[in-house]
Amino acid sequence: MGLLDKQFTDDNIVVTKVEDLLNWARLSSLWQMGFGLACCAIEMMATSASHYDFDRFGVIPRPSPRQSDVIIVSGTVTLKMAIRIKRLYEQMPDPKYVISMGSCSNCGGPYWEHGYHVLKGVDRVIPVDVYVPGCPPRPEALLEGLLKLQDKIRNESLVKESV
Amino acid sequence: MKTPEEIHDILNVKFGKAIIELISAPPSEAYISVDPLEIDKICFFLKDEKELQFNSLMNLSGVDDANDEKVKDENDNEIIKGGTLSVYYHLESTMLKHKITLKVSTERENPEVVSVEDIWRSADWHEREAFDMYGIKFLNHHNLIRILMPYDWEDSYPLRKDYQNPEFYKGMKVPY
Repeated sequence: MGLLDKQFTDDNIVVTKVEDLLNWARLSSLWQMGFGLACCAIEMMATSASHYDFDRFGVIPRPSPRQSDVIIVSGTVTLKMAIRIKRLYEQMPDPKYVISMGSCSNCGGPYWEHGYHVLKGVDRVIPVDVYVPGCPPRPEALLEGLLKLQDKIRNESLVKESV
Repeated sequence: MKTPEEIHDILNVKFGKAIIELISAPPSEAYISVDPLEIDKICFFLKDEKELQFNSLMNLSGVDDANDEKVKDENDNEIIKGGTLSVYYHLESTMLKHKITLKVSTERENPEVVSVEDIWRSADWHEREAFDMYGIKFLNHHNLIRILMPYDWEDSYPLRKDYQNPEFYKGMKVPY
């Protein structure tokens, strides 16, 4: 279902499935947890600012994990911080999504071998939906990652898939 | 303004045996090697003396000299037995526009240096970092705990040359 399909042609009546309606609502207002770890956070902030305007996708930074739908892990995840990230993720209400932004949070990045204090990928503590590669990724890449996450949500189902 | 040679001579007259030597090898800056258990008195003098006035500790850093033999332990890891760990002090007088570097060396097995934290406040966190990374104990430091690594990090010091990373930390796998 597109966002503006048939909105003006059929007397403002839209015929759809509950599933599609819920998915549409979810993917159109992904409130992000305001959370930055390293240089990737600068790019994330640039994405939120007026030039790239994250807000046009409904992404608004929230100050509390309890009000957010998506956490963008933007930067180097140290072992000390990994425990906190896990705690924050657990405090987010379902349904919740994770975007891993940048090489560090994907796999340890430049710290993969000698980073004695770095977790080699945030997916070792929380499940990741979308990985955005780059060091750091440009705002366009993060936007692309968000669109991929929206695609994923668009195809979600309320019922368990039959095998 | 005083040259390192002149500063060394002043210290030598005042402290005698505690001043070990002046090492001058251009192009690196000259530095004075001193006794780790007298460093607080020497630093206090350097700050207090009218013709020296070292009012700023620009940097304080630990160094693993790795200057003794490497041996294999029971798990076939290379570890260093004996030798020294060092601490370097970079001092500057912003009034008299001169600088000096001090060095202390201490045994690797029981590294102990007297704290200069109550002479320059900036030494507080620098000494905690040197303790965190090299395990150098600063005597008389009021709060010598880890500053960067987690407080419950096991008894190991990551910037030592023979450091072995643990396999797990709180259930999280550490190596790649």
